[in-house]
Amino acid sequence: MARTVPETITTDVAVVGGGIVGLGIAWEAQRAGDAVTVIDPSPATGATFAAAGMLAPVSELHYQEEGLLALTLASAARWPEFVAPLVAAGHADTGFRTTPTLVLGADAADRAALADLREVQLAHGLDVEQLSIREARAQEPLVGPHISCAFRIPQDHQVDPRGVATAIRVQLNVVAAERGRLREEQTSIRRNAVELLHEDPADTRSRVTGVLLEDGREVHAREVVVANGLAAPTLQGLPDGLVLPLRPVYGDILRLRVPEHLRPLTTATIRGLVRGLPVYLVPRNDNTVVLGATMREDGSAGVSAGGVHQLLRDAQVLVPAVAELELMETTARARPGTPDNAPLLGRVPGPHGRDIPGLIIATGFFRHGVLLTAIAAHITRQLLGGVTDLAWEQFRPDRFSPALQSTHTEPEETP
Amino acid sequence: MTETLTATDPFIVAGVPLGSRLIMGTGGAPSLDGLGAALVASGTELTTVAMRRYAPGSGGSGGTNLFELLVENNIRVLPNTAGCFTAREAVMTAELAREALETDWVKLEVIADEHTLLPDAVELVEATEQLVNRGFKVFAYTNDDPVVALRLEQLGAAAVMPLGAPIGTGLGILNPHNIELIVSRASVPVVLDAGIGTASDAALAMELGCDAVLLATAVTRAQDPVRMAEAFKHAVIGGRLASRAGRIPKRAHALASSAMEGRPDL
Repeated sequence: MARTVPETITTDVAVVGGGIVGLGIAWEAQRAGDAVTVIDPSPATGATFAAAGMLAPVSELHYQEEGLLALTLASAARWPEFVAPLVAAGHADTGFRTTPTLVLGADAADRAALADLREVQLAHGLDVEQLSIREARAQEPLVGPHISCAFRIPQDHQVDPRGVATAIRVQLNVVAAERGRLREEQTSIRRNAVELLHEDPADTRSRVTGVLLEDGREVHAREVVVANGLAAPTLQGLPDGLVLPLRPVYGDILRLRVPEHLRPLTTATIRGLVRGLPVYLVPRNDNTVVLGATMREDGSAGVSAGGVHQLLRDAQVLVPAVAELELMETTARARPGTPDNAPLLGRVPGPHGRDIPGLIIATGFFRHGVLLTAIAAHITRQLLGGVTDLAWEQFRPDRFSPALQSTHTEPEETP
Repeated sequence: MTETLTATDPFIVAGVPLGSRLIMGTGGAPSLDGLGAALVASGTELTTVAMRRYAPGSGGSGGTNLFELLVENNIRVLPNTAGCFTAREAVMTAELAREALETDWVKLEVIADEHTLLPDAVELVEATEQLVNRGFKVFAYTNDDPVVALRLEQLGAAAVMPLGAPIGTGLGILNPHNIELIVSRASVPVVLDAGIGTASDAALAMELGCDAVLLATAVTRAQDPVRMAEAFKHAVIGGRLASRAGRIPKRAHALASSAMEGRPDL
């Protein structure tokens, strides 16, 4: 039997991982003129499939995470222009809405906690308006009477991550075809990537030239973007000494249909603190609501009964009519958590203090994958163009890699 | 002086000397890095982890998880049975912890209901007996009930851990008299567990004679957890020193600190 030589695919930018971050990066790179190839056996079925899609830098602000705020704000600001070309191309289901967010507290301690947080939000120049409970209920009549406080955050918006992912996947093929890449497989390869290919196969800190697929084929690319979430550390051929400390933080999330007589359940996204536990309700255009989300590190990938109970219980404190909804879907997925809750985004230092050419890491987006997609795509586009924005150096992917720190000097801007 | 006293005054529990009398919990920590920094700042040598919430080895390859964090910082792990409502669940959870973490220490929590998170005394006593018989070193989280506390000790608990107030409330020590009574009758270490809100609560626990303090929320949900952890480190040391130093009696009338009689006429 004659040995068949495995086919080689040649592209400009190979993106390993087709979650919303990988897709967003590919989409932005394609818009910059590159030929892109997304490598994922089942795109948009991980955390992207679960995510509620809140673009909420203000209400997502956590104490001691102020460093992340600049990134989340910058990304939220980029979302309208990120999503506009998709909408212009006829994708109406991106779900991008500039609905405000209403933050509610259930008991006196929740009120105190939210009021304390508001002080910090205001100190950062963020807009958090205190409403009377009467005002909040006039705006959202189905909000229950037994709440202790209400705040309005005008700049926290939303998208539908499933819709955005689908729109990007379609658009990647449409644009590729327009540019003469007629085979869909050149744009989306439904296989696992197993290894990074290097210019010097014996040196994992030499230029990255492509990716080896599980079926033996090679994708040759000018640049490889590693955006496969929790699976990133399992990729062979990552630079020696690079530590990508990711851990699965599971979340349970529910999707419910609002019966006709209760529509709309709410017009704003409702986020609440109920006896110290966070919960949110995101209303969608199609008369469904997304109710989330737990944070579990119990190692269990399935939907947690206790988690579902907690979400339904707490949501009913804020909006009692939640009990009347049809429970359509329960989903659990893992978020890729990092030790400091911030992403691992950028290039990796190689020998002589120069970044390794051909390699960009984009993972560890944890709770903020959807929100940060727009800025991750933008930063990656800049990196692909040879520009390193020093403002985002604090998110470099090598910051947990002591072996790489001593050799790292500021990168030169190479056009 | 104080260095000498604290150095020669180890907290001995289940036969193991510990250099810190502050036992930390991990619940509510906003990030792994933040938790690590707070634990280091607290000086703790023993930290409890809810086995139902954190799966050992769930960090994945090249990953970092809570248990690795404790090992890196030389902090002994005290698995706990938080989230268990029956003796049966608690015993099974303790067995899983022993298997996974190779320790026979367990902080036994058997909770009555979600609203109060108060211990269910009947299930707690039952579980303590079973776990002691299975060879565990049981750190029993209990109500501030001197009768139950003594009963747990009689059943073989390695330490009794009365609450100051319900978990996560930060209400401090609601019944100092009972805590004092528990301490006065105990021959195993007494650890004040739960209800601590701020540093003075921990200092009071030590002044009441407790051997150690266990807390989590007061640090993990503080706006600046690292600073709060350091505050607790000093509070526990201060409270311990004060409890050993012999405080003055409380008086109704003032007493000048320098007596007027015999004062040299300068």
